[in-house]
Amino acid sequence: MNTSQTKDICTEEFLINMGPQHPSTHGVLSLELKLDGEMIRDCTAHIGYLHRSMEKLAENRTYTQFIPYTDRLDYVASMNNNMGYVMAVEKLLNLEISDRAKYIRVIAAELNRIASHLIAIGTFAQDLGAFATPLFYCFREREKIIDIFDQICGNRLTYNYMRIGGVQFDLPKGIDEKIKKFIKYMRSKVDDYDWLLTYNTIFLARSKHIGLLPKDLAINYSVSGPNLRASGVKWDLRKDEPYLVYEKLEFDIPVGENGDSWDRYKVRLEEIRQSLKIVEQALGALPEGDPTVKIGRIHKPSPSEIYLRTENPRGELGFFIISDGSAYPYRLKIRSPSFSNLAVLPELVKGLKIADIVCILGSLDILMGETDR
Amino acid sequence: MLMMLIAGIAVLAFISASAMFLIWWERKVSAHIQSRFGPMRVGWHGVLQPIADAVKLLLKEDIRPAEADKLVWWLAPFFAVVPPVMAFAAIPFGKSLIPKDLNVGILYIMAISSVCVIGIFMAGWGSNNKYSLLGGMRSAAQIVSYEIPMILSMITVVMHANSLSMQKIVEAQSRHWNILHPNMLLAALVYTIAATAEVNRAPFDIPEAESELVAGFHTEYSGMKFAMFFIGEYTNLFIIAAISTTLFFGGWHGPFLPPVVWFLSKTYLCIFIWMWVRWTFPRARVDQLMAFAWKVLTPIAFVNLAITGWLLLK
Amino acid sequence: MRTNEIFMAIKTDFPEARQEEETGAVIIPKESLLKITQYLKNHRLAFDNLHCITAIDRAERVELAYTLYSISEHHGITLKIYLTAGEENVASLAELWKSANWLEREVYDLFGVIFLNHPDLRRILNPYDWKGHPLRKSYSHPEVSIKPRL
Repeated sequence: MNTSQTKDICTEEFLINMGPQHPSTHGVLSLELKLDGEMIRDCTAHIGYLHRSMEKLAENRTYTQFIPYTDRLDYVASMNNNMGYVMAVEKLLNLEISDRAKYIRVIAAELNRIASHLIAIGTFAQDLGAFATPLFYCFREREKIIDIFDQICGNRLTYNYMRIGGVQFDLPKGIDEKIKKFIKYMRSKVDDYDWLLTYNTIFLARSKHIGLLPKDLAINYSVSGPNLRASGVKWDLRKDEPYLVYEKLEFDIPVGENGDSWDRYKVRLEEIRQSLKIVEQALGALPEGDPTVKIGRIHKPSPSEIYLRTENPRGELGFFIISDGSAYPYRLKIRSPSFSNLAVLPELVKGLKIADIVCILGSLDILMGETDR
Repeated sequence: MLMMLIAGIAVLAFISASAMFLIWWERKVSAHIQSRFGPMRVGWHGVLQPIADAVKLLLKEDIRPAEADKLVWWLAPFFAVVPPVMAFAAIPFGKSLIPKDLNVGILYIMAISSVCVIGIFMAGWGSNNKYSLLGGMRSAAQIVSYEIPMILSMITVVMHANSLSMQKIVEAQSRHWNILHPNMLLAALVYTIAATAEVNRAPFDIPEAESELVAGFHTEYSGMKFAMFFIGEYTNLFIIAAISTTLFFGGWHGPFLPPVVWFLSKTYLCIFIWMWVRWTFPRARVDQLMAFAWKVLTPIAFVNLAITGWLLLK
Repeated sequence: MRTNEIFMAIKTDFPEARQEEETGAVIIPKESLLKITQYLKNHRLAFDNLHCITAIDRAERVELAYTLYSISEHHGITLKIYLTAGEENVASLAELWKSANWLEREVYDLFGVIFLNHPDLRRILNPYDWKGHPLRKSYSHPEVSIKPRL
């Protein structure tokens, strides 16, 4: 080879557009990756492909009319979104709800948290290449929760169940037996996941020490939910700023040690166990009464503003509502957990392999519906 | 000459029937592992599903990316499907049921099946797609690395049988199977792992890693070209299972039943184990895969080879 | 710590801060934003978490609302800045809290508030070539229909 030829040979970075159509970007996320072979040099996230301008829509809907829209924020945990929103409006109106409604809300929210974490775990394992098997197992269990919700409110995915001042319907007859049966069933299944997946050597090799998110960085990025707890921060709004009846219920906050992908997975798995515990207690303590709404649908709160955040499966969902005395919110801001959780991604992936970005993205468990709103 | 032609046609017919059966079986096995039924509509428990799939793939539009390297792109599927078919020439189905008993049979099979990697790399390069290129590069690295422990584990068998001929290797196991020797058991384990990587199956399916590379090297292929990669993959799977049967599980030897039945049932049992693994384990990462080949498998295979040599000389 | 106590702590060091009556939010002039936020983050108040940034279009002014929390101290506060129309710019907090990076991009995208010294001030939710800032009350778009008021 002569010298003029060798001079022409050079290496260059490889630009790759991962998404918005890609099997493992969890919806329509686009990642612009600069690769050096398999190594990631730089990562830029482009979001907004699912932007529906929810906040603008809210300004033209009455407070009640906006509830179904919240279903479409985090569409795998609609109950929790419903709840966060109606609680914010109730705070704005200074409305007290009946005890039974509070307990029903807790049961619905925790069941939906389990359903959401099941999807998170299933898709995370799928992203690691455990080809569809864990996903199907998780969906099998989730189906049972959906059946319960179907019986409670007639919907399978977008529930529109919470109402300002209560819930849409009382629990149907015989549902508590069904939920109790589910709790027993789910407990054994979570143990199954531990056996099948959690301590699998390849699974550990792929997810341990991958995507380390230190404590202070997580707080600085305003990461919340299981991702924050996996970094070792014992922070859960259900304990630290208890709402509804969470202070009366006994449960633990699982925390991780290193803040790696495996910890994030493990925290979710433990949270399923804790949620089962909460549902069991709430079901046992369910008071008599009428949880449905007895007031009109049009609310005209006096001009004020409130900010309320609740612990969603993916993190802290906040609603910042400003009223001007009319039946429509003057401004409604949705602080979605996935938005902040996703912002930390470019920080985590630099210098890792292309397979790791999929692992980290899966472990962060972002959902584009609420990221883009 | 006529006999050769008949043998050729028989082998080709067997390959397509086997590939179709394997596709159906894989779908059934995966479905039952995942607590679902799999294909149920076309024929009894969906047995005719592969035919429906084949018809669908034949009727599909053959799409070529505008910027593809035409010749390389067009040739790649042939390189993926022809070598495994050629490897059938030296597979012993029964005592006299072997297309051609080469005296270097095992060497021939290894040499031929290594050509596959060229097809995969051509597909990756020719598609002019970045995901495909990454898949092709991974595949080249992976197959070249795993060939070494694979061949080293085969050599232990060859040393026992004193021959490279597939028939001689089977005959050497007429009293007891190779797998019953401890050092052969180790060789069989090394072979199984390396062969999994050799045919790009999970947990070593990084060249087509769905979650990262969409579909890896065959992302851009559609219709019959895609089907050829598919047939090549399943034929390869049959080949590695047939080799492991021949080398470690006594080939066509077995009491009562005719040899060909013994051979096929052993082979399909091996294939079932590969399917079971595929639908159970997560995927390893590319660097972990390489490290495992060079730092774990190759040294074990070498040490095993040395021990086998010492045992034979003793 | 209660909101009032936090306000008093800020007030002693920064007399320009005042409290919004109906909401309890602390209103600060935009010039002292960087100084006050630095103080809030590094002082014993330890506001380590910038939870949310948003804006409210009040026609004559744009209000910026920063929701701050302290995970170690278990308290929170809302800082507000009034930006007069035509001067919608303010210093960026991306240096102090990394979460500000995307949150400020969102406010820029939807309200057109310019964040000075922001590392990467691009649109985030709308397409990069979008015209206008949709959450401004003056924004009009043929596809946005306003429902009759109750």
